[in-house]
Amino acid sequence: MEKMIAGKNIQVNEEGYLTDFSQWDKSVAHEIAHHEGIGELTPHHWKIIDYLQDQHKQEIPLSIRKIGKSGVVDIEQFYSLFPQGPLKKATKIAGIPKPASCI
Amino acid sequence: MNEFNGEVKKMMIILSKASLENVYAAFILANGARMEGIEAELFFTFFGLEAIQKKKLEHLHVATVGNPAMHIPTLLGSLPGMEAMATTMMKKEMEKLDIPGVEEFLDIMKASGVKLWACKLAMEMFHLTKEDMYDGIGGIITVGEFYKKGAGVGTHMLFI
Repeated sequence: MEKMIAGKNIQVNEEGYLTDFSQWDKSVAHEIAHHEGIGELTPHHWKIIDYLQDQHKQEIPLSIRKIGKSGVVDIEQFYSLFPQGPLKKATKIAGIPKPASCI
Repeated sequence: MNEFNGEVKKMMIILSKASLENVYAAFILANGARMEGIEAELFFTFFGLEAIQKKKLEHLHVATVGNPAMHIPTLLGSLPGMEAMATTMMKKEMEKLDIPGVEEFLDIMKASGVKLWACKLAMEMFHLTKEDMYDGIGGIITVGEFYKKGAGVGTHMLFI
């Protein structure tokens, strides 16, 4: 389905995750972050978003444990930067699919 | 007034067993809740206390006796070394799936905001003190106090 995000028609699935990464840009990320209640994205948020996109490109499955070991952010900070389901929210903002991980 | 839509807001999980499969079930459910933005609290009672006992938590075993899912005869399951073998096999498979060991899992849950509570009565029964337990526990509490922490709409309780 299509959704208007940051003034553009963006392809998303029923949960609001982008289905075409080429449509992603920083303004899209900002608007999703705002909508998800994250507020302003800080340089630390961006570092995490870059990391998630990079892992996705390399087809490495994402998990909380791996993020904790990434050196980019520890688990406690990850939860405080992206409250209420950090992996779910951060991937949505990063324009990549929702991870199917339980850990 | 907003009508409650039935969503799960908090999981209160009681762990009463120390076999690895039960401990992991509790941990994965608690951690999985936090990943979805759901609050989670774990209450360790009876043998479940072994999962937060410093000396025991890295030595938990899979149950090979009385566990029909092992698909081996009970007598065979009771032979020396069987539990250790089954445990090693299970740990290998879990590592492949990026499932952490018990202590690391406790660390992850703590960092994720899962609250860990030890049952007061069971602690007394097994002659345990706070010093015997994993440092990240929130405290030693009674059943009544645990129930109080579960107050609110959308709380679910689970006994393992």
